[in-house]
Amino acid sequence: MPQVSMTVNGKPASGEVEGRTLLSTFLRETLGMTGTHVGCDTSQCGACVVHVNGDAVKSCTMFALEAEGADVATIEGQAAADGTLNAIQAAFQEHHGLQCGFCTPGMVMSAAALLKENPKPSEAEVRKYLSGNLCRCTGYHNIVKAIMAASGQDVGAIAAE
Amino acid sequence: MYAFEFERPSTVADAAKALGEEDAQALGGGQTLIPTLKQRLAMPSKLVSLSGIAEIKGVCKADDGALCVGGGTTHATVASEAKADYPALAALAGNIGDPAVRNRGTIGGSIANNDPAACYPSAVLASGATVVTNKREIAADDYFQGLFETALDEGEIVTEVRFPVPEKASYQKFEQPASRFALVGVFVAKYADGVRVAVTGASESGVFRWSEAEAALSSNFAPEALDGMAPPADGMISDLHGSADYRAHLVGVIARRAVAAAS
Repeated sequence: MPQVSMTVNGKPASGEVEGRTLLSTFLRETLGMTGTHVGCDTSQCGACVVHVNGDAVKSCTMFALEAEGADVATIEGQAAADGTLNAIQAAFQEHHGLQCGFCTPGMVMSAAALLKENPKPSEAEVRKYLSGNLCRCTGYHNIVKAIMAASGQDVGAIAAE
Repeated sequence: MYAFEFERPSTVADAAKALGEEDAQALGGGQTLIPTLKQRLAMPSKLVSLSGIAEIKGVCKADDGALCVGGGTTHATVASEAKADYPALAALAGNIGDPAVRNRGTIGGSIANNDPAACYPSAVLASGATVVTNKREIAADDYFQGLFETALDEGEIVTEVRFPVPEKASYQKFEQPASRFALVGVFVAKYADGVRVAVTGASESGVFRWSEAEAALSSNFAPEALDGMAPPADGMISDLHGSADYRAHLVGVIARRAVAAAS
């Protein structure tokens, strides 16, 4: 079987995979990093979003071998080594941006990609950016609020419709 | 998915060689092909990934002013790099699927697949673009040949798409909210020698030029020029998202919006 090597959250990672092994499968089953969730497995829901060379991608719709040599970031690498949540994670906690939590890894990774490209997004921009991340619990309001708060904006004015 | 061999060459020549094998299949960004493989609707013996080929990535300007987009360029790259030269094309690319899909999906993959509801074919056809492959150059009018059908031969690779830049253009779509594909999408492009209008999402034979609208807009480039006009409902897609009549009506509405938004 072919061998694949990449950097995951700053550390070298490698393993044997098949041609058809998805990046999400490699992360979850080969590396045992189950923070990346697979919801729909049809690239609709976004629970599997990770960053590959800095870009948000759906890891269920990319082969592991395509990530050869790439720099991959997952939800496991977001908090500090001592467990301190990063600004986006802390804002999700503070603003109740999750209920069951299944979509949260993808939401946090998408939010991180958004804030890197657009550090002060408007509410409409946040909602548009999340079009590929589905949440079946929250109705999105608190997720949007959390992301805007993480960007340092005042969220008092955002009504929970 | 059925098992297959996987190859990731770094040059077009090596990719073409690998695709010479029986049942080998090119892989662009995989945003359509991977779901297709998961459903076991395809069984290639070998996948040849084009993602490692630097020579088919990027956006540049040709001497004649045309915008050249490498076949392996992602939608996200086109959205940012074509903005200054061809804003309507950049806007189309920036509204395909969602951000994560746009970071993987490529223009070459989109037009090689020629999904009847994909956005890119309308831009290629309305711009009268040239599809460049590892073997030849194909005019857009000859390239799209029906539902998932193109002029490409087995194993032929889209290396570049050359877009003549119009004076004014816009792409508008009515999104099917679950799939985010176009229920109907219309690309309008105004050139010195006339207007071209291409419609995606609507027809059972894939992307098509709406010649009546082109004639009307070539004499008067204004939304009113299309008042009361719609293509025949005959041959339009009819499914749970919309009837053929509805789609035909929508083509007129979306075309008027595109003309109004053209800049």
